[in-house]
Amino acid sequence: MAAASIEDIKLEDITVDDIDFSDLEKQFQVDSEVNFDNFVVVDGAPVAPESKVPVLSKVLGKLFSQAGKVVDINLPLDEAKKTTKGYLFVEFDSALSARKAIKLLNGKKLDAKHRLFVNGLSDVEKFGSDDFESEFRQPKLPEFQATDYLKSWLQDEQGRDQFVLQKGELTGVFWNRNTQQPENAVEPRSNWSNTTVKFSPKGTYLFSFHNQGVASWGGKNFERLRRYFHPQAKAMAISPTEKYLVTLSPDPISVPQDAGEDFPFGPESNGHQLCVWDIATGVSVKTFALPPNQSLHWPMIKWSFDDKYCARLGPNALAVYDAENNFELLGGKILKIENIMDFSFAPAGVKLAVNRNGELSSVLAFWTPESNNQSCKATIMEIPTRRVLRTVNLVQVSDVTLHWQKQAEYLCVKVDRHSKSKKTFFTNLEICKLTEKDVPVEKVEMKDLALKFSWEPTGQRFVTISRTETLDDNPSIPKNVVTFYAPEQKEKTKDDTNDDAKKWKAFATVTGKFSNTISWSPAGRFVIVATLVTPDTRKADFDFYDLDYTGEKNENTEDDVAANLKAVAHPDFYGATDLQWDPSGRFVAVWSSAVKHKLENGYKVFTVTGEVIREEMIENFKNFVWRPRPESLLTNGERKKVRKNLREWSAQFEELDAMQADSAMRELILLRRSLLEEWINYREESTENMRDAYNYEVFDQVEFSTAAEDSEVVEEIKEEILEEKEEVVDSFEEPATSE
Amino acid sequence: MRPILLKGHERSLTQVKFNREGDLIFSCAKDSVASVWYAINGERLGTFEGHQGTIWSIDVDKFTKYTVTGSADFSIKLWDIETGQNVYTWKTKTPVRRVEFSPSGDKFLAVLDGVMGYPGSVTVYELPRDAQTHQLSQEPSEEPLFNIMTQEGFDIAAVAAWSFLDQYIAVGHKDGRVSKYDGATGEFIDALELHTQSVSDVQFSPDGTYFITSSRDSDAKLVDIETLEVLKTYETDCPLNSACITPLKQFVILGGGQDAKDVTTTSSREGKFEARLYHKIFQDEIGRVKGHFGPLNCVAVSPQGTSYASGGEDGFVRLHHFDKSYFDFKYDVEKSFEAQKHMQELESNA
Repeated sequence: MAAASIEDIKLEDITVDDIDFSDLEKQFQVDSEVNFDNFVVVDGAPVAPESKVPVLSKVLGKLFSQAGKVVDINLPLDEAKKTTKGYLFVEFDSALSARKAIKLLNGKKLDAKHRLFVNGLSDVEKFGSDDFESEFRQPKLPEFQATDYLKSWLQDEQGRDQFVLQKGELTGVFWNRNTQQPENAVEPRSNWSNTTVKFSPKGTYLFSFHNQGVASWGGKNFERLRRYFHPQAKAMAISPTEKYLVTLSPDPISVPQDAGEDFPFGPESNGHQLCVWDIATGVSVKTFALPPNQSLHWPMIKWSFDDKYCARLGPNALAVYDAENNFELLGGKILKIENIMDFSFAPAGVKLAVNRNGELSSVLAFWTPESNNQSCKATIMEIPTRRVLRTVNLVQVSDVTLHWQKQAEYLCVKVDRHSKSKKTFFTNLEICKLTEKDVPVEKVEMKDLALKFSWEPTGQRFVTISRTETLDDNPSIPKNVVTFYAPEQKEKTKDDTNDDAKKWKAFATVTGKFSNTISWSPAGRFVIVATLVTPDTRKADFDFYDLDYTGEKNENTEDDVAANLKAVAHPDFYGATDLQWDPSGRFVAVWSSAVKHKLENGYKVFTVTGEVIREEMIENFKNFVWRPRPESLLTNGERKKVRKNLREWSAQFEELDAMQADSAMRELILLRRSLLEEWINYREESTENMRDAYNYEVFDQVEFSTAAEDSEVVEEIKEEILEEKEEVVDSFEEPATSE
Repeated sequence: MRPILLKGHERSLTQVKFNREGDLIFSCAKDSVASVWYAINGERLGTFEGHQGTIWSIDVDKFTKYTVTGSADFSIKLWDIETGQNVYTWKTKTPVRRVEFSPSGDKFLAVLDGVMGYPGSVTVYELPRDAQTHQLSQEPSEEPLFNIMTQEGFDIAAVAAWSFLDQYIAVGHKDGRVSKYDGATGEFIDALELHTQSVSDVQFSPDGTYFITSSRDSDAKLVDIETLEVLKTYETDCPLNSACITPLKQFVILGGGQDAKDVTTTSSREGKFEARLYHKIFQDEIGRVKGHFGPLNCVAVSPQGTSYASGGEDGFVRLHHFDKSYFDFKYDVEKSFEAQKHMQELESNA
């Protein structure tokens, strides 16, 4: 059979697989290396004759190389007119340069007639396609999802506090039940957080760390509220009014090209590491790049007391942002402060003397070290006015720390100074009185270097831990000194007009300690000065002090102060690594965390007087976190009333405690309650019946008559011989009668 | 609580009583001499001498003017407290087991034993008094105002007491029954089978609206006089001779112990010769007071509720002034109730 002619071969007979397309494939293969992100489309360029093309390319090439390395410029020609078409394509070496070119040159006026429009090639494709809908469509709002009542824990009938315990992989939230086994608030969960968990400052939210970021939890059952996508987030901080969350990740954010609507960051966040979130909505409101070569101070963003402003430290500058205005820089620019070392916001609104209507100001303080011709300075500044309220000049300074009193009435600038020879170190405390006119400063000079400083949360007293300088540097000799300070109480004299000159006075010292931690009860009055286990200290110890001791013998060395010190307890917990007061200031939790060492892991809860009410030694115990509470809503008057009726309240609470102790007791108390009620009803009924039937008033006891005629004074005379003496008289001369 | 020992009687005590002001204690014993003592220090103020036999019962009127004694010598004697003089004597057919002034002081009752063919009775005598001085205005009548003879089917009366406003007489019978009579006419009103053994004491609350009974069956019971409803029961482990209701605090004091005839064969520890304090409302025992070395024959509490006295088979009266812990003692339930009440008052005042 002869070969089939070409006509005989029917197209249908050829199977597609048999054809070798490789040559075609090769010809039309799209170079996968080509990244369209590297291209920009430029519109609005001059229409130039063919002869001018090299010149035009050169000019444009120069212009675009501002953004990055230009790989190629393609100026298409109109074959008919022999001119350029007025648009061109520029290829850059990287997408980053292309983006930069768009940002930099889009809208650039080339000359009076020509304005360049620079767009990414992919954008042109995307937005220029016929499929692209150009009509505005209302974005769909996600349906509102109600959360549990986030403050439900405050409605506990017995007003109990919650705390978190973490052991091994398990994290649980519990109700504090005093001496009894804590009650689960939720079932303990495993791997709730990669590391620790953190409550927001008022206790509304609980945050957990995950690989993908941070999550918030709340409500009665601690359901998940929001996720804050920030991969590898390692640190978090929450603003004072619980509005914003700040997260930090070592991995810079990279925004993928096809980032969907759900992706929290816009392209401007690329490369940023610090992120601010709106806690309630879960929306990223601002991201920041980290300034280069800066040591990490956490928190990196600090907030004013009302969350209206936040600020962060930059090199030789402080950047203050207006949180209510889209986190714009306050006044449009950063604050240039040469060599600024540290700053902090006042933790509360300050009632400045100049604020006549009693409004509260946001205040921040910062310090700068000695430089060429400048002395070391601490500066107090009002925000947003940037008015400097006070500058404190300091000399021979080695370090400065800022300590705000919780009500922000005082700022203590702790100045660690050195002698000229830089051989001895000592501390001065410069206490700024913010509420007084011109912010006067009171100086307290210490002999030694203060390691720790802590204000009483509700008062004007403070405690320091300092180290005595000795030649012997044997670390096993305790050298720390705990000093208690209180404002001097002056005798009220007639000419006592200068009420402002409040002086602080050390009224007691305790020497020979290793103490490294001062922890005040949130309610004030009680303070724990503790030695916690750190790499340098082996054995923890605790000293509980009462500063308003009502007993006879106090441990004051000075009398004219508003304080009566008494060491009330020294409970043992040798392995303790951390401690935290409960929000009410009645209990303090001390624990030994397996994260820090493996000895004696577990926790103990003490009362203010150092009595252990709970004690659990748990292998691999990690963390104990009290749930904070918002500030009390009671007015001062209401508080006073509660204090007045304290006995009545405590009687009721004691009964509740007894009822909780065990169920049998509970039954008994309920029974007694009903018996008592029954009896009272019986007596009331009796009273009524007797009144109705016999006009007779019932009574429970016969008063002793106090009428004088009915009583008689009984006098008892007791004779007692005090001394008996016997004397022998030798001679007895009778008086001469004759004379 | 340090007791004051009133040593003056030579034989076992039969009854102790406080006057209305609580500053005097009257006691009588089997030795035929009644005594009156200062409550403050236990000093004897005087004696009432004249009976020929055991004085079973003594009472003082609310004016602390007269005292009345009932004796086994078949007589009742009225004494002037100030002088200690015997003012009047009533002859009775049988020994007198119990005497008690009515709350008004115008009458007194006497429980007459049912012996020698006499069926036993609660007999009420009248005392004509001057309205101002409360002194006898004339010689009392020797004849009783009325007799409540022991009813058919009832055992004889052992003890009796007056209710509020002289309204009722509550009688405790030897068979454990309690009966109620009209205080003006002696008419029978109601009866209740309360105890299984003889009722040993009946004492009213300060206002006379409810009373406590004690019985040889080891129980004490709180009964409302109007309805004869049993309000509370206090169970003990020994025969009871006496019970009283404390004013001021919601307690009752019960006294008793092993039978007198067995006393010599038991130690004081086993004899349960202790006064027992029970919570009146919750019916729990809250304390015991030791001291007597024979059974307690009678207990009495001052009308102010600040002290109590017990008279024992051992011949002593032990007088106890309560101390702070007694007044402070409260159940959590009571404390919280008072606290709530106090706060409500403050609330309503505000």
